[in-house]
Parts: sequence; structure tokens; C-alpha cells
Amino acid sequence: MSEHHIKLPEGSIEKTTTTLNLGPTHPATHGVMQNILELDGERIVSTEQTIGYIHRAFEKLAERRPLAQITTLTDRLNYCSSPLNNMGWHMTCEKLLGVKTPKRVDYLRVIIMELARIADHLICNSIVGVDAGAYTGFLYVMQYRELIYEIYEEVCGARLTTNIGRIGGFERNFNDIAFQKLEKFLKEYPAVLKEFENLFQRNRIFMERTMGTGAISAERALNYGFTGPNLRAAGVDYDLRAHSPYSSYEDFQFNIPVGTTGDNYDRWLVRNQEMWQSLSIIEQAYQKVQEFKGAEAEVYHADVPEYYLPPKADVYTKMEALIWHFKIIMGETEIPAGEVYHSIEAANGELGFYLISDGGRSPYRLHFRRPCFVYYQAFEELIKGSMLSDAIMTMSSLNLIAGELDA
Amino acid sequence: MSRPVSYNLIQKPLVDDISMAEMPEGHQGEGFFATSLDKVIGLARKNSIWPLPFATSCCGIEFMATMGSHYDLARFGSERVGFSPRQCDLLMVMGTIAKKMGPVVKQVYLQMAEPRWVLAVGACASSGGIFDTYSVLQGIDQVIPVDVYVPGCPPRPEAIIDGVIRIQDLVGKENLRRRNTDQYKALLESYGIQ
Amino acid sequence: MALTNEHIKQRLIEKFGEQISGFEEPYGMLTFEAPKEINLKVLNFLYDDAELKFRFLTDITGVHYPDKTGNELAVVYHLHNLEDNVRIRFKVFTGVSTPDVYTATGLFSAANWMERETYDFFGINFVGHPNLKRILNVDEMDYFPLRKEFPLEDQTRIDKDDEMFGRG
Repeated sequence: MSEHHIKLPEGSIEKTTTTLNLGPTHPATHGVMQNILELDGERIVSTEQTIGYIHRAFEKLAERRPLAQITTLTDRLNYCSSPLNNMGWHMTCEKLLGVKTPKRVDYLRVIIMELARIADHLICNSIVGVDAGAYTGFLYVMQYRELIYEIYEEVCGARLTTNIGRIGGFERNFNDIAFQKLEKFLKEYPAVLKEFENLFQRNRIFMERTMGTGAISAERALNYGFTGPNLRAAGVDYDLRAHSPYSSYEDFQFNIPVGTTGDNYDRWLVRNQEMWQSLSIIEQAYQKVQEFKGAEAEVYHADVPEYYLPPKADVYTKMEALIWHFKIIMGETEIPAGEVYHSIEAANGELGFYLISDGGRSPYRLHFRRPCFVYYQAFEELIKGSMLSDAIMTMSSLNLIAGELDA
Repeated sequence: MSRPVSYNLIQKPLVDDISMAEMPEGHQGEGFFATSLDKVIGLARKNSIWPLPFATSCCGIEFMATMGSHYDLARFGSERVGFSPRQCDLLMVMGTIAKKMGPVVKQVYLQMAEPRWVLAVGACASSGGIFDTYSVLQGIDQVIPVDVYVPGCPPRPEAIIDGVIRIQDLVGKENLRRRNTDQYKALLESYGIQ
Repeated sequence: MALTNEHIKQRLIEKFGEQISGFEEPYGMLTFEAPKEINLKVLNFLYDDAELKFRFLTDITGVHYPDKTGNELAVVYHLHNLEDNVRIRFKVFTGVSTPDVYTATGLFSAANWMERETYDFFGINFVGHPNLKRILNVDEMDYFPLRKEFPLEDQTRIDKDDEMFGRG
């Protein structure tokens, strides 16, 4: 007899509502989270969420690893847009260590981060379509996500869990093939996004499924700690890229799309518009990168030999490079003690890193402020009183990534 | 203490851009073909596996890319991915399984009907991956028997397809009575499954 | 007039006097600590005050300092004033024998799960929390894993090959 791991509460036979377990194994690839719904017919009376089905103890793991090795953990937070998490972590370390990155590195980072944002929003918007029944959009845009993966591969070698960049810059300069692929992306993608948009934006079935469901007001959203597209759909124009610019975002011209009611349709529209804005930022960044000529075009990392591994040819021939290499690998670099909190605008909202360092090679305490974890609490309020199918749409339009929920 | 290394030495030459599957051995004549039953059943089963994608984390996104049109998994017969264990043959566990999720994986495995196969995709499902922590199950073979492991973090779509092809080899060559043998029953007993 | 760290510090000292201590500014963020009995009063003051307006709760987390006897567990609140773009960090210390801290869920709904996570990892009991149970770990776990005395790995494993890990 196998044991059931759901215990029925007392009085559950006498009550008039149905208990439905929207359990950890979903038919839609959202990741593992469990909602136990109390239904009155098709209407939802209340819900209780259980998470932790993919708790991998990142925060405890991080206390074991030196700063450069924690990048591989940050990959796996929001795995649809790993480069964003990686860059956020590198910027946190740079804040702690006092490293300033040159402009070219900043612009290259912006290109990679905005590509990651497009990849994440593409998944979210197409999965909202899949949950409403439209599978075509998802298959169509996956092809362009493959192109984004190819660009990552040219830079760092991996498709999904990229571990891209190092403290101070990148591990190698972007080669010509990467720029060719980027140009191909910039040329072909706008037409694709237009087609994808036409499939959904004024589609009557989609609008009727998503308008009016899962709405939240701006005050409740702020009280719940919403950030990112979910907050902007509710009407608050808070975007970390504009309010506390990092990585030279102040040099770019972009708009922040804002919704009105905070329902599923507004969230879809906000993400869609953000993809257009990201595309424009990438074009601007690419132009700025191409303006660097000569020796400046070879700069791909900050000049910080204490934290950035020197090139191998130098390690074998020069004394200082050998010493820096030894100190970095053995973990004897000077890491100042202190605490720093840095946050970036990840695809889902404000992804924050709270790092307490005691001077040793690994952090004393590292905490990830994960946007999904914070706004999933509001799910009960969002779906109370609505129908079961609306709950499914709300769950997918909130863009819940299980890796970020549980860490 | 070195472990033996094996390379993929099976090469099938490509003839005219089309690769034909081999016919099983048997006698054929005018309008009939006689062969043993398990070969026919194996051939039919292996080219129409219905997988259940148990996607938990990053490997699930690579699975989505595998199901996309670039690396199409549907051409191997897995067009219909089902989410109901009662209707599926292959349980593809993709992603980290935490100790909280272990009973759920076991429950899903128990609900599948024989014959069933399990593919562990990714380092986390095979052995716990990079997460050697108190909360992660160090490989799903702690709770269910696994047939093929696909290493990688995440494995490339080509690697996932390779794993599915090896499952197809297993399915094609399986003895029809295997599920009733004592050895298989002993295997399930060792996992606590009746 | 822009809201500077000096000004915030001044307002806090005016209101709470000697109770608030430990003012620091690591990397530009004003950090201070207060005794755990008045944590709600401080949070309410920062929320309601017309000038300070710290109405967005960014994060609540915990830290374990095994060396500070009597004050081993810290609860760290990160607050954010969205209009003036000012962040502030507020710490509350408590001992490991009676780790009770008042909950902030009345003021910020976001604190609900954040406090559950802090309870799950450190064992800090938030008094008045509507649903204080484990959120990320299995319900049957009887220890608080992120405290420094507990190991990272699962100790019940028998299949680890010590030679492969350099311990053989």
C-alpha cells in the first residue's frame, strides 16, 4: 500500500466544498508547486500553497563556495534567463570588492542581459498561450530562443545554465560569429515578435480568457512586495533599470510599459512591450559597442588582477601573474569584510543579493531576494472567487519559476 | 583506480540521405512475413513511446527545447506527451528531485501501467548533481528503478534524444515476459514496490 | 530636501533615543539595530512618517552568529522608500534560547512567507504570525538547517565513495 502524502483535514467529509489538489506535477511545465484549492463547483473559495518541492539549499551551499563559484548556483535560480542572475551576482561582488568595470564591458553586459530578458518573456508569454490552448505561438518562438542560446554559446559555451561572465567582465571577448548571430537576431526577430503579437493581442478568445482575471490593485501589490512586470501591470512604474541604474543603463533610452488593472491581460501586454523595449536597448548597445575602435575594442574585463584570472601565457612567464593566479585559486585574495545588498531588475522583478562577508573566501551569509517567492504569496488573493481555469491562467501569467521560488 | 571508458563505436552508414530501420529476422514470402512475437511487439513499442515529462527544473527547459521544432523529439514517435501516468510508457524525470518531492515521484511511478521505463535526465536526477545537500535526493534511483541515465547539466537536446534512443533499444529488445520474472519482482521489492 | 542618511539617522534618534544603536553605512546603505521588543514600533514609524515613507518591504532574512552569546540570531529587514529611492537596513537581535520576535505581517503582507522562510532556516519564532510552519523544508524536519552547527550534506548517506572525494 503506498502512502499518500496529503492528509485530509478533519471535517472534510461533512463540508460542502470540494478539495482539489493542483499538485506538484503540473500538466503545464511551470515547475513544482502545490495548490490545494477549496472549490464550490467551479468557483474557488480558498487556496493554500505549498512550495519547497525543489528546495536545493542554495544559501547553505553558498557558504561553502568561493565567490566565483557561486555564479553556477545563481544560474539555477531563474533558469529561463540565467545570464541575468549571473550578471547580478557579479555586480554584487564588484560592489563588495570595489571593482569598476569599463564602459565596453557594461555595454556587452547590457546586450546579454536584455537577450536573457527577451528569452524569459518569450517563454512566459507563449506558455500563457499554451495554457489558453494556443500551442502554435510557443513552438514558433522557441526557434528564436534557440538563436539566443546560440549567441550565449558563442560567448560562454553553454546554452541554458550559462555561468557567463566573471567578476570584472567576461571570460573572453565576443568574437565575430557572436556579433554576426546578434545581427541576424536583430534583423529577423522584430518580424517574428510582430507575428507572435498578432496571434494574441487582439484575439478575442485570448482577451476574454485573460481580461478581468487575476487582477490586483497597486496598493495591494506594493504591500505584497511585487516588483517587475507584475507590479508594472498594476500601474506602478518602478523599474530598477531606470531608478537605480547599474551597468551604464543610464546611457540608454527606453520606455517603461505600465498597465492599469494588473490582470492577466495587462501582464501579457507589459511583457510584450518590454520585449520591444529590450530589442531597442540591444540595438543601441550594439551600436555603442561598435563605436569602440582599436585597442579599446579589445577590452572585455576590468583591470583587476586580484580577482580576475590573468591570461595563462602570462601565468607561465611572469612572476606577478603567477602570484595573482595562485592567490585567486587558493582563495587567499583580500576580500573585505562587510555586508552589501545589491539588486537588479531580473525578468520577474527585483532580484536581490544580500552578501555578508567575514573576509574569508566564501561568504558568511548569502541570501537571495527572489521575486517569485515574494509575489507567489499573493496568489490566494488573486484567484479568490474566480474560476478554476482562471486560476491556471493566473498562475502561468505570473511567471512562476520553481527554481526561483525555492532556491 | 581507473574506470573503463567506452566509446560510441556503432556506426550506421547513411545511404541516399535516408536511414532505414532494420527489419527483424524472419521468414517472408508472398504477402506474409513471419517472425517472433517479441520482435514485432518490440518494433511497434519502441517507435511509439508516449513519454511523461516530469519536468521540475532547468532540464525541463531543455526538454521544452527538445520538443521544439529545432531538435524534434516527435520524429522518434513521442509526439504525444501525456501528463497522466496511466497513459504513458516512459517516465522522463528531468530536474532536481528534493526529498519533499521523492514520494510524489514514487506515487507517479506506481500509477504507471506495465511495461514502463524510466529515463533520468540530467545530473540532478541521476545522482543529485551539484547539490550535495540535506534536502536533495541524491539520484532518483533511491526511490524508483531507472533504466537510462542521461548526464549533463543540463544535457544538450541531442543528449536527451540519445537517451531516448537508448530507451528505444531497451524497449525493442525486451523479453515479453520480463515483467513477470522473479528477477524483476526482486528489483521492485528492493524499492519497496509490490 | 533630499532624504539623506544623516537626516534619517537624526529622525530615528529623535524618536527612539538610546534604544537605537549600531549606526553604520556599509556601501551607502544606512544600517541600524534596535532591541527586539520595539521592532514593530520602528517599522510603523518608518512606514507612517510623512517624510520617511519606507513603505516597501524588500526582504526579511536571518543570520546566525554563534559567537555573540545572547544575541546569536539576527533578523534583518530591508526597507525601501520608492519615491525618494532610499534603502535602509534594520537589524534585530535575539538569543537562541528564546528566539521570539514580533511579526510584521500586520503591516506588510509580504512579510508572511519571508518570516516563514526565516523560521524554517533559523528557528526564529515570529509571535503573532498567522501560519508559522515550515515552508521550504520537509515538515518533519526537526532542526534548523542554516544555523552554523549543522552540516550541508545529508549525514545519512552510505554510498559516498570517500576515495573519490579525497577523504579515503
